[in-house]
Amino acid sequence: MRASVIVFPGSNCDRDIAVALTAALDQKPAMVWHGDTSVPPSDLIVLPGGFSFGDYLRSGAMAAQSPIMKDVVAKAKAGVPVLGICNGFQVLTEAGLLPGALMRNRDIKFLCKDVLLKVERNDSIYTSQYKAGEVIRVPIAHHDGNYFADDETIKSLEDEGLVAFRYVDETGAASAAANPNGSVNNIAGIYSADMKVLGLMPHPERLISPALGGSDGAPMFKSLTEALS
Amino acid sequence: MKARITVTLKNGVLDPQGKAIEHALTGLGFEGVDEVKQGKLIELDLTDSDAEAARARVTEMCEKLLANTVIENYAIELE
Repeated sequence: MRASVIVFPGSNCDRDIAVALTAALDQKPAMVWHGDTSVPPSDLIVLPGGFSFGDYLRSGAMAAQSPIMKDVVAKAKAGVPVLGICNGFQVLTEAGLLPGALMRNRDIKFLCKDVLLKVERNDSIYTSQYKAGEVIRVPIAHHDGNYFADDETIKSLEDEGLVAFRYVDETGAASAAANPNGSVNNIAGIYSADMKVLGLMPHPERLISPALGGSDGAPMFKSLTEALS
Repeated sequence: MKARITVTLKNGVLDPQGKAIEHALTGLGFEGVDEVKQGKLIELDLTDSDAEAARARVTEMCEKLLANTVIENYAIELE
């Protein structure tokens, strides 16, 4: 499986995702600069976390207009899987590859902590190594993670089963107390209609080994390797 | 020609910063503030001389970059 990681000025999780992908694939991903105009042939494109362009104007707004994004959008439309983590999720919404927007956290604070997530379904290329309904622990680190979309969009995401991950408590309930940032319906991540594009605010690439404090993120990369190799 | 663009959150979109400002104003003893909304002001110096063409161009800029129309409204003033 060939993976490419897009690097924007201000990306800071590009190396973390490269380490996670290298561990899962036994092969280093291509690191692609935002100013390039084409992504090398890839089975997976990743938009990493960070603070591209200093979050100027809106988080992800500038990165979505980077030269490389035209090719990322074209490849996504041609069916190449694209994973956006944290800032990458914000870029995906700004680029129109996923619906909705990530707004300032409900309590305005930057949040950096572990949260519990429910894996809504395990029949995607990203989640086959999890159980459906499994509760996993993954860190968040964001200021703008409050997922918002209009009622119609939320209804269609829910009806079509396109919510990938939800913030939950230990029992798996998407309670108000388990919602760290005010996201509608506790949404932490969503799929595109063809389930090939995934955007999520939490950072699975940061917990891929017990040495890092946990390995609940590792099955995502194992799932991708199995699906795309 | 100058364009002044005001970007505000749409009605019904939670505005946590506006809410915090409202609480702070109440805390300072200012009464009668029902709702606060925070937005952005963007000013452009344009070389255009034709107002109609300028408005069309700025509208396109707003739609493509300056506002996220999923959550934001924009208003354009030219002078």
